[in-house]
Amino acid sequence: MSAVSKGRWSFRLNSTMESVGEVEATAERLGTEAGLDEDELFRVTMAVREATINAVLHGNEYDPARQIDVVFENTGADFVFTIADQGRGFDPDHLPDPSAPENLLRGTGRGIFLIRSLMDEVHFRQLHPGTELTLIKHLAPEPGNR
Amino acid sequence: MALTIASREVDGVTVLDLSGRITLGEGSVQLRDAIRDLISKGQKRILLNLGEVNYIDSSGLGELVSAYTTSKNQGASLKLLKLTKKVHDLLQLTKLYTVFDIYDDEASAIASFK
Repeated sequence: MSAVSKGRWSFRLNSTMESVGEVEATAERLGTEAGLDEDELFRVTMAVREATINAVLHGNEYDPARQIDVVFENTGADFVFTIADQGRGFDPDHLPDPSAPENLLRGTGRGIFLIRSLMDEVHFRQLHPGTELTLIKHLAPEPGNR
Repeated sequence: MALTIASREVDGVTVLDLSGRITLGEGSVQLRDAIRDLISKGQKRILLNLGEVNYIDSSGLGELVSAYTTSKNQGASLKLLKLTKKVHDLLQLTKLYTVFDIYDDEASAIASFK
């Protein structure tokens, strides 16, 4: 990975599906620049998309008065994505497991499960109001720098 | 790329050839409407060809599940054909692989309805 790809990018967006597309496209571009291979890039962009949909749809409920705050950071060791909404918040430790047999045929409830499955680390923080999610993908060390 | 759906009949089975993304706002509703339309017309054998579906999110996965349960509740049978690697991996990750009848080739899928 080149040092050029390191950096921090932050922006505030409206609670719309257009914002979801914008964040997803940014994740794909920055992930590519960070040197993620095709599979890892898919995992990161999907997790970022799911987290952004959660913030826009479940957190801010498409409310035009509420925004999402997004930060991408490439530290060289990690690709870090943070998103904060201004919604009511939720308890991530008490979500039903969508892969449990009794929940398999449910039409919803797989977003957080996918995020946790696709990323190396996921952290939640309650903001009162709002929820902040931090998604981390560890980057492969540079050859000769292990 | 949004979702496109083409419909054809093969030996009494309605094959829906899907192409594009099945995501919130980009295909989930189209898929739901297509399945409801088939069910309302009394179609009992539905095969979803996902060979050209390059992306699906949690909403799209939920829509596949809803298509399956809607069909089953109406006495119809819905099966999947030709998963791309990404969709295959997601179905395994979510254990939905255990829910669906999935086929790699169309002839076998069509024959399975008989």
